[in-house]
Amino acid sequence: MPSALINVPKKARRGDVIEIKALMSHIMETGYRRTAAGDLVPRDIITSFTCRYNGAEIFRADLFPAIAANPFISFFTIARDSGKFEFEWIGDKGFSETASASIAVE
Amino acid sequence: MQQPPSSSRRQFLGLAGGVAVLGVVPVVTVRPAEATPAMLASAIQNVTGGAAVQTGKVKLDIPPLVENGNTVPMTVSVTSPMTENDYVKAIYVFNEKNPQPNIGNFHLGPQAGRAQIATRIRLADSQKVTAIAQLSDGSFWSTSVDVVVTLAACTEEVL
Repeated sequence: MPSALINVPKKARRGDVIEIKALMSHIMETGYRRTAAGDLVPRDIITSFTCRYNGAEIFRADLFPAIAANPFISFFTIARDSGKFEFEWIGDKGFSETASASIAVE
Repeated sequence: MQQPPSSSRRQFLGLAGGVAVLGVVPVVTVRPAEATPAMLASAIQNVTGGAAVQTGKVKLDIPPLVENGNTVPMTVSVTSPMTENDYVKAIYVFNEKNPQPNIGNFHLGPQAGRAQIATRIRLADSQKVTAIAQLSDGSFWSTSVDVVVTLAACTEEVL
């Protein structure tokens, strides 16, 4: 079961720079490992992560097999308005997950 | 690691002798694939489009000695005022010796407030990790850090 862990401050003052942390459970199979029988294990990774703040994209990452399992990403943004952060992970084998978090800006 | 059961020292030496006679040294690759400095250079070329990359402005925080290459915490920060006219557009992270030269591309903008990202990466060997920042004026800045890895990632067997 894929599950996301999001860390966004619940409250912030307008203009504050806030840190956003996002973790998605995923094996991030590199495609370079072999089974004991010698067969290559097919690649299965998250390739793209996007964060939108009230609909506008504020951060995007292209991920490669060199990102560790259960990809964790932290980044910053300026708290401008109260509203919602939407997170989206897209990957191999049709992987697509979303999560969201809200913030109150005073 | 294990020799096939049929191979023996004698067969091996015979084979090695035969190869020596032919004057061909077989290249034994332990890993099926490994990024080469040329692959790293071309991956960087893809990002910069041939523009000059200057050293500085970028700070790459990564432990110099890593016990387990499967998950290595890494933070990249760039010195930038992050205003509408002067901000970091993207941060690209590369490695030298994983099977692929790319680690991640991170796209930000003036709304970030602070040009800093953190993630956890895999390192298949002791190697150099390079971070390149693309600024809004089109210039590229980079830094590299050498990391020693005792347990490699990526290529172990799945049981």
